[in-house]
Amino acid sequence: MLLASYDPVMYSRMLTGLTLAFHIIFATIGVGVPLMIALAEWIGIRRKDEHYLLMARRWARGFVITVAVGVVTGTAIGLQLSLLWPSFMKVAGQSIAIPLFLETFAFFFEAIFLGIYLYTWDRFKNKMTHFWMLTPVVIGSSASAFFITVVNAFMNAPAGVTVVDGKITDISPFGAMLSPAMPTKVSHVLITAYLTCAFILAAISAWSLLKGRNHVYYKKALKLTMISACVFLLSSAIIGDLSGKYLANYQPEKLAAMEWHFETTKQAPLVFGGILTEDNEIKYGIKIPYALSVLAHGRPNAEVTGLNDIPADETPPLWIHYLFDLKMSFVAMMVLVALVFLLLLWRKRSLVYSNKWLLRGIILTAPLAMLTIEHGWIFAEVGRQPWILHGIMRTSEGATVSDHVDTMLIVFALLYIVLGLTAVRVLLRMFRNNRAEDEIAARGIEGGGQQ
Amino acid sequence: MSYEVIGITVLWIFLFGYLIVASIDFGAGFFSYYSTITGKRHLINKVIERYLSPVWEVTNVFLVFFFVGFVGFFPDTAYYYGTALLLPGSVAIILLAIRGSYYAFSNYGSKKDSRFYLFLYGASGLLIPASLSTVLTISEGGYIAVDDNNQITFLFTKLFTSAYSWTVVLLAIVSVLYISAMFLCYYANRANDRGAFELVRKYAIAWSGPTILSSLLVFFAIRGHNAGHFQRMEDYAWMFVLSFVCFVVAIYLVWARKRLGLSFIFVLLQFGFAFFGYGAGHLPYILYPYLTIYDNFTSEPMAIALISVFVLGLLLLIPSLYLLMRLFLFDANYVQGKRNK
Repeated sequence: MLLASYDPVMYSRMLTGLTLAFHIIFATIGVGVPLMIALAEWIGIRRKDEHYLLMARRWARGFVITVAVGVVTGTAIGLQLSLLWPSFMKVAGQSIAIPLFLETFAFFFEAIFLGIYLYTWDRFKNKMTHFWMLTPVVIGSSASAFFITVVNAFMNAPAGVTVVDGKITDISPFGAMLSPAMPTKVSHVLITAYLTCAFILAAISAWSLLKGRNHVYYKKALKLTMISACVFLLSSAIIGDLSGKYLANYQPEKLAAMEWHFETTKQAPLVFGGILTEDNEIKYGIKIPYALSVLAHGRPNAEVTGLNDIPADETPPLWIHYLFDLKMSFVAMMVLVALVFLLLLWRKRSLVYSNKWLLRGIILTAPLAMLTIEHGWIFAEVGRQPWILHGIMRTSEGATVSDHVDTMLIVFALLYIVLGLTAVRVLLRMFRNNRAEDEIAARGIEGGGQQ
Repeated sequence: MSYEVIGITVLWIFLFGYLIVASIDFGAGFFSYYSTITGKRHLINKVIERYLSPVWEVTNVFLVFFFVGFVGFFPDTAYYYGTALLLPGSVAIILLAIRGSYYAFSNYGSKKDSRFYLFLYGASGLLIPASLSTVLTISEGGYIAVDDNNQITFLFTKLFTSAYSWTVVLLAIVSVLYISAMFLCYYANRANDRGAFELVRKYAIAWSGPTILSSLLVFFAIRGHNAGHFQRMEDYAWMFVLSFVCFVVAIYLVWARKRLGLSFIFVLLQFGFAFFGYGAGHLPYILYPYLTIYDNFTSEPMAIALISVFVLGLLLLIPSLYLLMRLFLFDANYVQGKRNK
């Protein structure tokens, strides 16, 4: 059909990739938005400002739609792991059952309290009681991201297991959670999810302001989300740097492939952009001297392992370089928008809410941030090929041998298209028919403290 | 009790939990759609919506919990079931995806009560139990072939032409409607909603006969399909007798319009006895005749770790579930719609 002959491994990879790529959009929203809702509600209660409380309410309303798609696609990937990668799951069941199990507990916890939160807005006398119902949602969603990333970290750098002749013999149930990839991966995933959601919500406010709807509600929303985004951006930059140092020590082939670093050398330069010719010559790339050594080990004189010292059949595909550079350009643009915002907020506050170019820039950050997440994940996952369990099991050994994976790929692609389009339609209609300023008027909460 | 038995018991309890909450959920979705096309939506929709809205997300977790736990305790099952179930499993995923998302779209979106969304949501709810029940059918053996290289082939046509598999599908669909209607009787009564109560009471009584008939059919079909399992189930005959007694009591109470909470507890007991009797008879096989709970169990440290994590998790879950029930099931003001969201 798509390939010359039926190859279950390739189709399994494509289907898993497709499901994850779709799920990650909603999962990221699922992790980050509860935190932003909590922030808005907390400020609203503390400042007795109804506008912030309404913000929390409106965000929560949209959030339910994305949660629904996130839950069903999450269930899909959970089941697909066993259906498409049965041999891998056999090994995973022996070694990483604990984080998998804990992830569902976190999900359970979140699901229970999300239901409670959504239906108890006016139920408790003390407003803080309702706010506390949200904390398990924030903790649960971040915890499930934490545990599932722990699983992924194990696949990148297995720990807590003894491997004899490529077979896992001895397992320490909790040791498997403490993989060297875990700290950087988990913190990177969490912070970038918060960051992306802050940008998405900022983009919504910026859109309304750009349309000339100058209600103070949107100004408050923009300020809250953009300041949060700036904080998260700074933290993710620090963690990104630590991730590079992790790669240099534990997965040098990924770092070398992403930077097209062939010879093991000291004072290694970093290549940005460029194209790779047939015989591995880099053309048109910008070389930044010493930068790779600094990125990898924090010292300009440090030695960085090159691809020539890695067996050819264990080298990840070299096109991940393009992916990484694209990702870094997205990051650069987000940083630019954030800096302009901060500068204007500090020197000429009125322009923050009216400068069309800044507002357009903020709108752009939302898709950019989501694309960065996608690129980052594709880069991380393709970068560990050919391994499904780094150093233990190759991807081809983990896949199913079943027929019909190709048909399933098409069916699921259709499903995700339909789900994605309906979700967008429903969300758009939900907020177009009930704009914030109308709801403020309807609820009689005009005034709510001026900016 | 050995770790293996603890493991499978824990998982079986979760599957039972899923069976109950999912049945209420799936059936309610179907009734909600059915009442729309028969013009009786105004009668029962409020009651259904008030119950479902806060809990729909929780239902899915029971299922995820079950299969994640299964792979954890019995890693080899991932290999056998994973390979065999690609098609039925994917069908179930697609149905679950359609149902879950269209529930949210139709309930939280601004274009409420879109008939098309309701149809997707109601119809998928009936097909999910059918597609999920194939797992139980396959576990009886005879539907997959394993060759010398441990290659697994799923025997499609065999499943589709087998009398046993169709009786299981029938039982799954019918009992979903029965469990759901029985629960809604209790809930509508709590809500003091006479109109809704009388309607769901009719549904409950109408589906009680088919439920018991299809249970008997499954019994006979198992005897034909897997005689060993049937014999072991005979050892637990008292459980099935008790199950039937509970059924009679539950239906009597609904018929007499008395003590509907107690009636639903008897429904739980009815299915509990039957489900655990069936499960106990199934042991020691997980997948007849290839897998038993003993030769594919996880390592001892992992089993201990899983069980401890499980107990700790329960300490967190039980109070939370209790809170959820207190707020939305046992709070008379909420159930009667006297509290706004």
